[in-house]
Amino acid sequence: MASLQLLTVEILTAALGLGLLALGLLVPQKDRRGIGYVAAAGLAGIMGVALSMRDASGVVLQGYVIDPFGTYFKVLFLAAALLAAVCSFEYVEKMGFNQGEYYALLVLATLGMMILASSGELISLYLGLELMTIAFCILAAYRLDDAKSAEAGIKYVLLGAMSSAILLYGLSLVYGAGGSTVIKEIARAVAAGGASPALILGTIFILAGFAFKVTAVPFHMWSPDVYEGAPTPVTAFLSVASKAAGFAALVRVFFGALPDLHNFWVQLFIALAVLTMVLGNLVAIPQTNIKRLLAYSSISQAGYLLLGVVSFSVLGIGAIMYYAMLYVFGNMGAFMAATAFSNADGSDEIRDYAGLARRSPLVAAVMLFSLLSLAGIPPMAGFVGKLYLFMAIISRGYIWLAILGILMSMVSVYYYLQVAKAMYLGNPPEESQPVRVTPGLQIAMIVSLLILFILGIYPTPLTNYAMNSAVAFFMP
Amino acid sequence: MNFPILTAIMLAPVVGLLFILLIPEREELTIKITAAVATFVSLVLAIVAYVLYDNGRGGLQFLQDVSWVPSFGINYSVGVDGMSMPMVLLTAIVIFTGVFASWDMTKRVKEFFIFLLMLVTGVFGVFISRDLFFFYLFFEVAVIPMYLLIGIWGSTRKEYAAMKLTLYLLVGSAFALIGIIATFLYAAQQLGHATFDIQTLAAVKYDLGFQKFVFFLMLIGFGVLVPIWPLHLWSPDGHVAAPTAVSMLHAGVLMKLGAYGLIRVGVFLFPEGAKYWAPLIAVLCIVNVVYGAMIAMVQKDLKFVIGYSSVSHMGYVLLGIAALNTLSLNGAVAQMFAHGIMTALFFALVGNVYHKAHTREIARFGGLAHQMPRVAAGFLIGGLASLGLPGLNNFVAEFLIFIGSFTRDQSLLGGLLSYRILSILAISGIVITATYVLRVVKNTFFGPRKPEWDHLEDARGVEMVPIVVLVATLILFGLLPSLQIDMINSGVAPLVAKIEAAKAIGGIF
Repeated sequence: MASLQLLTVEILTAALGLGLLALGLLVPQKDRRGIGYVAAAGLAGIMGVALSMRDASGVVLQGYVIDPFGTYFKVLFLAAALLAAVCSFEYVEKMGFNQGEYYALLVLATLGMMILASSGELISLYLGLELMTIAFCILAAYRLDDAKSAEAGIKYVLLGAMSSAILLYGLSLVYGAGGSTVIKEIARAVAAGGASPALILGTIFILAGFAFKVTAVPFHMWSPDVYEGAPTPVTAFLSVASKAAGFAALVRVFFGALPDLHNFWVQLFIALAVLTMVLGNLVAIPQTNIKRLLAYSSISQAGYLLLGVVSFSVLGIGAIMYYAMLYVFGNMGAFMAATAFSNADGSDEIRDYAGLARRSPLVAAVMLFSLLSLAGIPPMAGFVGKLYLFMAIISRGYIWLAILGILMSMVSVYYYLQVAKAMYLGNPPEESQPVRVTPGLQIAMIVSLLILFILGIYPTPLTNYAMNSAVAFFMP
Repeated sequence: MNFPILTAIMLAPVVGLLFILLIPEREELTIKITAAVATFVSLVLAIVAYVLYDNGRGGLQFLQDVSWVPSFGINYSVGVDGMSMPMVLLTAIVIFTGVFASWDMTKRVKEFFIFLLMLVTGVFGVFISRDLFFFYLFFEVAVIPMYLLIGIWGSTRKEYAAMKLTLYLLVGSAFALIGIIATFLYAAQQLGHATFDIQTLAAVKYDLGFQKFVFFLMLIGFGVLVPIWPLHLWSPDGHVAAPTAVSMLHAGVLMKLGAYGLIRVGVFLFPEGAKYWAPLIAVLCIVNVVYGAMIAMVQKDLKFVIGYSSVSHMGYVLLGIAALNTLSLNGAVAQMFAHGIMTALFFALVGNVYHKAHTREIARFGGLAHQMPRVAAGFLIGGLASLGLPGLNNFVAEFLIFIGSFTRDQSLLGGLLSYRILSILAISGIVITATYVLRVVKNTFFGPRKPEWDHLEDARGVEMVPIVVLVATLILFGLLPSLQIDMINSGVAPLVAKIEAAKAIGGIF
């Protein structure tokens, strides 16, 4: 029974998801607001459990690995889900229906990510991926009255299915070449047998499949439309957690199963990283809608994270983990501010943000500092994360890549400052009201802002946690 | 003495900032007084530290170390030596006077002082850091408040200028960051452990190719901020657009961050790289001096004159760095201080005039000394300092730089140029400076009384604080240069020792 204890987090999450579904059906329509609180409290509780298990390691049924690396990402998903849930209270209430399902899907998507991050075997990895994708398809299309939301849902279904198919094809080729679906076995077979054409082809397909999930250019096309159309809290969750889950699985497969081929796939990742950083940042410049801007910015963030993969080192993995965690707070912070604004004004256009600093200093400050963290400006946490990533690649000799990355993050400052310019330099429209923010959202915003500041000024605890987990991942 | 005086100097503005956050927006006077008190605390502590600093012992003093991120060798370690102590004092003086120069601010007062104090925290942090990680962190902290300060409270194409300045500085700092990371990794390999401590990093032997490469990165990174020609384009626009206190801080202190970084991180860590690139700096700085002064001569806007004069004067600092000997480096640091005080004085006075007259066009003024005798006197003293009048601080600094660079016996470009010729060219900059400064003083303040300006009131009350403090500083260190030079010399000595110990290599040309 010892092995089932390792699954506590997953089991609790599944129970929470199903419980919320049932609760949604049982509770009368008018009392359903409480479901959101239950979801948030449940997620917070599970996060506590996950944190208490952070040193646990073991293997369940051969293919399911519990290790500090996976648990770190679980904490990350839970933090993101918790913020997304808090962010959703008012938003979902306004939609006025099926609140139970909404939170249940949110939790189930989280469960999918957890499985994705922990699976040491290709089939369960795919299972987790699908659980996550399907939940997100529904969530993206959740606004029934909005054509854009429906469009987002359809796009996510179609392109998600395509990418899954590509990934699955790659996985089957790798299985054919390696003779097993267990990642460790594959690594052994690859080490013994060398690179066969099927394996190379499989690697490329897997890479393309993951590139879809982490929105790496040129596999990013779905993301701006989906991000724009989906309900804002869902977009926020999608952009941080599913990306982190993609990276967790990517690292497991490439570093776990195919380390002997790294000379080959690192080249591919360099190309992806360069394209992603350059295109993501440059295309973000002309955006006028905050959600599209954040979509492109989150594409570019994937580019920085890919640098960690390129470095193929412990430092690189630790850097990815560190950056992914504070990316949660940076991006969620920005999205929470966007949600607060759209709850009040119903707009996502950047020009409508004019004078926001006068109307709501808190929302403007959260937006500003979250964006600065994304841009990597000290003393925000994003700076430390980028520093680790750039250190990781410079230590492998890719100075040009670091120069490109840093220059691109300076480009990103330009478009982030366009938002700051509207908020701080612009004048609020006549007869505008102060932006009203619900207490829950306010607390969530302040907490994530504080985390960004604290981790930027005193990054030690998270650094140690991330780096130790990365070391444990390399030397199990 | 275990009181962490340097940390206190840096944190006093932060405490003030937190208090201001809690004060309601309409209580403008309370906010201003809080800011003044916070910066006054910094100033007093900076003066105490300056007085207590032991010149005879030299080296880094008032040390404080806190382990921060052990796995990466990052420590919060602060300390000042003979080069950084004057800079800390300079910052404290400029921000304290800057708060009083913004006393008549009425627009979004709360936010203004929050951002101003945020900015100055970063500046203090750079000067006291002994750890390269914190050095860079504080360096960048200064940038974003600057954007907002110029963008919201500026004048004359403020949004354009703010964005231009921000992008220039950030792209520059990107190069510096690459250099810093490369240095860190190189040293970690040599030493066998990770460290960001500048002293430890300086003890590492870097090979020549690496030094050349990284010093060049630093030269771009910090050169943008100095600003070195042709990377100076952001600075006049930025100065002109910025509100008074920000111009003061910006020209007075922020540009010094660049020169300080170039010395502290560039020359100190990579003396051979510095020797290699010195001729390039020397030639570019002459362009700074002469070209900057020429451009200043034809400006119609008072603030543009001061802005370009800063470009010109910072050229002297660069010349002092390029000559790489004791006298010239002493002069460079002294010039950083002197120019900071002088230019802050100018901007405070121009701000005062602009606030009352709502124009800065030189042609419209004339005879202002009749209406504003105190402002005129302040401006004249600043002008005389600017053209290097003996008895004022700038003279000491410029004199040292010229002697230092003139005595450097090295020919460039196969004998076509030498440091002597460059020094002579640089000295000619003084003549041009005298021309434009005296002309501006004459056209603005002297001449017949113009009745259209009769409504202007002279500076009085709190407005006199910047004028008195800054003028007094200029005169004090002008008459008693030993108060300053002894300290600077104690800081420059180890640097020069390091340069002399470095391999003698030829310059780039």
